[in-house]
Amino acid sequence: MTIPLPISLQVNGERVDAQVLPRLNLADFLREHLKLTGTHVGCEHGVCGACTVRVNGEIVRSCLMLAAQTHGASIETIEGLSDSGEIADLQAAFGDRNALQCGFCTPGMLVAAQDLLKQEAEPDRERIREHLSGNYCRCTGYQAIVDAVEATARARRERNP
Amino acid sequence: MKASAFSYARATSVMNAIELLAAHGDSAKVLSGGQSLMPAMNLRLISPELIVDIGDIAELRGIAVTGGTLRIGALTRHVDLLNSPEIAAHVPLLTQAVAHVAHPAIRNRGTIGGSLAHADPAAELPACMVALDATIVVKGPMNERRVPAQDFFTGIYETVLSADELLVAVEIPVPPNNAAHFFSEFARRHGDYAIVGLAAQAVVAGDILTDLRLVFFAVSDRPVLATAATKLVNVAVVPAVLSEASRALGEELDPGEDQQASAPMRRHLAKVLLARCVAALLGRPDLGAGETL
Repeated sequence: MTIPLPISLQVNGERVDAQVLPRLNLADFLREHLKLTGTHVGCEHGVCGACTVRVNGEIVRSCLMLAAQTHGASIETIEGLSDSGEIADLQAAFGDRNALQCGFCTPGMLVAAQDLLKQEAEPDRERIREHLSGNYCRCTGYQAIVDAVEATARARRERNP
Repeated sequence: MKASAFSYARATSVMNAIELLAAHGDSAKVLSGGQSLMPAMNLRLISPELIVDIGDIAELRGIAVTGGTLRIGALTRHVDLLNSPEIAAHVPLLTQAVAHVAHPAIRNRGTIGGSLAHADPAAELPACMVALDATIVVKGPMNERRVPAQDFFTGIYETVLSADELLVAVEIPVPPNNAAHFFSEFARRHGDYAIVGLAAQAVVAGDILTDLRLVFFAVSDRPVLATAATKLVNVAVVPAVLSEASRALGEELDPGEDQQASAPMRRHLAKVLLARCVAALLGRPDLGAGETL
């Protein structure tokens, strides 16, 4: 018997109540139920990082979490981070540096990069690479992405010395 | 792909989880952090009928030092291990090893209990538990069992856990003050599963190793506690001694072959790690120089 389960959570600051089947993962819940399609579904087994979102302030793979597990949690997706302006400078840097081409990895890349920038003011290129090691990009070759994250870290330090 | 349909139960206590497991046997699976279980389900490698989510059981969380023992609850996440001052102070081997476990987003969900119960032969934490001579604490319907880590892993994704038992904690004897450790692995990409890895825990007196536990991973169906270590204990480690230990290691390891590496390559890399390990533990860079022994 696989009956729908009631869940109640916050998504990008708004309360959401839903009935979900146990097998539904968080990525599909966000995309199919809430139409938040900025969270991308790539490999569906935790390797590519395209589905990275924040749960209770920490980044996770939304393909490796059941929607049923998010009862009581606070979720932030790329839409939330975008609309609040939290990553406007990082997004602009990605554009300026050609850190995206097809854009498929970009939401996950931005969420993971912002996670690092929140933790460390001055990450070197090695640290940036390490933190983004779980996010695949098949277009850029990563150099431009590391450039964009490094440039954003520098700009933020200059704004808030 | 998507996981096939299953029922979901959120366990309210350890006993409740064990009751659910006992009632459903092999058709149930425990969901901890889900970072190994969910990929396996999404790939349809396994299709459990019931998922028992233990994520809400508060008594399974936490790190505590009592007397000479460090106890880590099964639900303690990799990120908690990485950031724990107690772990860094008492078992720095673990702090160092966890940095190699997958990527930040995975470490925010993955748990030590999940990793050990999953028993991937290329995983870091099972090897560390054997190196640290940890005890795995397991609860079943009738009683609690305490299993030495060395006896816990029985094969690829196989352990001594039966279907109605839950791994609740690990207990690690706090190493002495003159303990030393070494951790290193070869992987294609940071955070990937190791091609070959080594977790080592030692006691050093002057320039002599008085105790040495060398645990290699990704070279067998479970972590391998190398007996070659005995050749390096309580002797002055000159190049000929290391060379003899390396030869013995090559003989006792019987690594497999896959798309990542051939058996001879794995054997070679294990010897490289051995030389680097001994050089690091004794502060003798000269010993690591002749890595290709």
